[in-house]
Amino acid sequence: MAELFIQSAVRITSDQVWVNGEKVNITHEKESAWLTDIYRHLEIQYPKFFKMDNLCKAGFLASEFAMKGTNLEPSEEKRDWSVLLFNRSSSLDNDQNYQKTIADDSNYFPSPAVFVYTLSNIVTGEIAIRNKIMGESCSYIMEKFDETQLYENGLIGLAEGKGIHHLLIGWVEYLDDKCDVLLFHVSTEKDGNTICPWNIIGIKKYFI
Amino acid sequence: MIYKISDNIISPLGYSSEENYENMKKGITKGAFHQGTFHLPEPFYGSLLNWDEVESQFAQLPSNGVRYTRFEKLAILSAHKALEKTQIDPSSKEVLFVLSSTKGNIQLLENLDGFDKNRINMGVSADLLGAYFGNPNPVMVISNACTSGVVAQIYAKEMMEAKGYNYAVVVGADILCKFVVSGFQSFKALSPEQCKPFDLNRRGLNLGEGAATIILQKADVAPAGSLCILGTGNRNDANHISGPSRTGEGLYNAITAAYASGLVEKSSLSFINAHGTATPYNDDMESWAISRSGLEEVYTNSLKGFLGHTLGAAGVLECVISCHALKEGVILPTLGHETKGVVKEMTVNTELRKGNGTSFLKIISGFGGSNAAIIYGIK
Repeated sequence: MAELFIQSAVRITSDQVWVNGEKVNITHEKESAWLTDIYRHLEIQYPKFFKMDNLCKAGFLASEFAMKGTNLEPSEEKRDWSVLLFNRSSSLDNDQNYQKTIADDSNYFPSPAVFVYTLSNIVTGEIAIRNKIMGESCSYIMEKFDETQLYENGLIGLAEGKGIHHLLIGWVEYLDDKCDVLLFHVSTEKDGNTICPWNIIGIKKYFI
Repeated sequence: MIYKISDNIISPLGYSSEENYENMKKGITKGAFHQGTFHLPEPFYGSLLNWDEVESQFAQLPSNGVRYTRFEKLAILSAHKALEKTQIDPSSKEVLFVLSSTKGNIQLLENLDGFDKNRINMGVSADLLGAYFGNPNPVMVISNACTSGVVAQIYAKEMMEAKGYNYAVVVGADILCKFVVSGFQSFKALSPEQCKPFDLNRRGLNLGEGAATIILQKADVAPAGSLCILGTGNRNDANHISGPSRTGEGLYNAITAAYASGLVEKSSLSFINAHGTATPYNDDMESWAISRSGLEEVYTNSLKGFLGHTLGAAGVLECVISCHALKEGVILPTLGHETKGVVKEMTVNTELRKGNGTSFLKIISGFGGSNAAIIYGIK
């Protein structure tokens, strides 16, 4: 199997952001929303962000940091890119919000705008839409973060003959105000942006 | 080569693939009007399991003392019925289990029913599925909206090819509850009557519940007459989170990717089994993708009229039925379809007929812009 390369590694927790192992200073006020602060730090104009649930916001923000290093415009079609995301809680953070809208028969107001986010793969769609990523997309659920599984999925995602040369792959978990994201841009080609080979040691190194 | 060695379907139409297939050939549907079910304020038309029957079937399985949810019982029962037709030892590390579901145990959000809260996590159900059969490998959940069942088969195939697994047990399951039905109602996506795929007067989808299992084997040469996976594709529309690309871009790309393997020609197609949910957008989009692929003259059916949309089970269930039809040289009709009403040319199959080809193409699309295609062919 051909060697693969990590081009960028983005880690977002409930109070920190690291890109390629270096801490990013985000201006955060106690009363403001952490994910919104990160969005402001990025200095982008993408109003759809404010419609997203927290899981999508977290994944979207990580993808913005990852794509910054590529010099590719978001509007450029990326037919050889895929988005493969893993997590534990699926969309439970938003599922709980949706459940509140149907729990009380006397106050029953199911909303399509909330229901649409009750699927764990919507975040792959949000990232694909933003970046015109038209390769594969998949949401995988596993109870524990498993770097071996992540590594192996990277290999099959970039297997020869698929016509895919770039992955946004990682762990995007958000539940009850706890954010736990580790997203990689993995490429089949080594260049000046390569930070290390795609292997389990590399994955562990950036899981800060 | 990766080929199918066993299968099962558990649905309102029966507890084996054969029973489901034969009932579909007879044109039977268990779709019905449900008023007051799940304490929903609005009625819905759908296809529901008889849970007393499912429970009594499950009670016949070897017990291990663990208390399972309905969703888990359904998945275990289907996997068990598929496995018992084979000589496979499911506790071997050569066997990979994959679970496909959109919402798993989500009904526990309403009432935990004595289970721990983490039981809502689909990974817990997956681990329990593997543990029931003594399987030592991690069990991955593929939760990719409506495309989950096909994407799970693609995942199983790719993992078998890349790793040492000789067998894969792919289980798709979803059950209906207030959470799921109310959401589709809020989307105004449900038909108030029997759904009408690709019809001029289609008014939306019918929901259904069930489970299905496909067991795959890897070998250098597939035995004569076996059903092999000859091509796969997974492509995103990058267009909208809850609506398909108008021109079927992602699905067309998934079909193109599936044929890129070069293992099978379009001319060998007996039929296309479409997603055919009977929503206005989905069916129009599929007609675009089919005609763009040059497949507008290939008989195309949708099975949604028989069992509704079984969500995470659908991609597995519809491949199982299509495999049986291909093997028998039959093309099933599109139950509910009367008058063609899609924007692009396609050939909707409306009657039970003989099929001549040696392969079928299964296509499926869902929220999040996901699209998938898989080709099975007789070796």
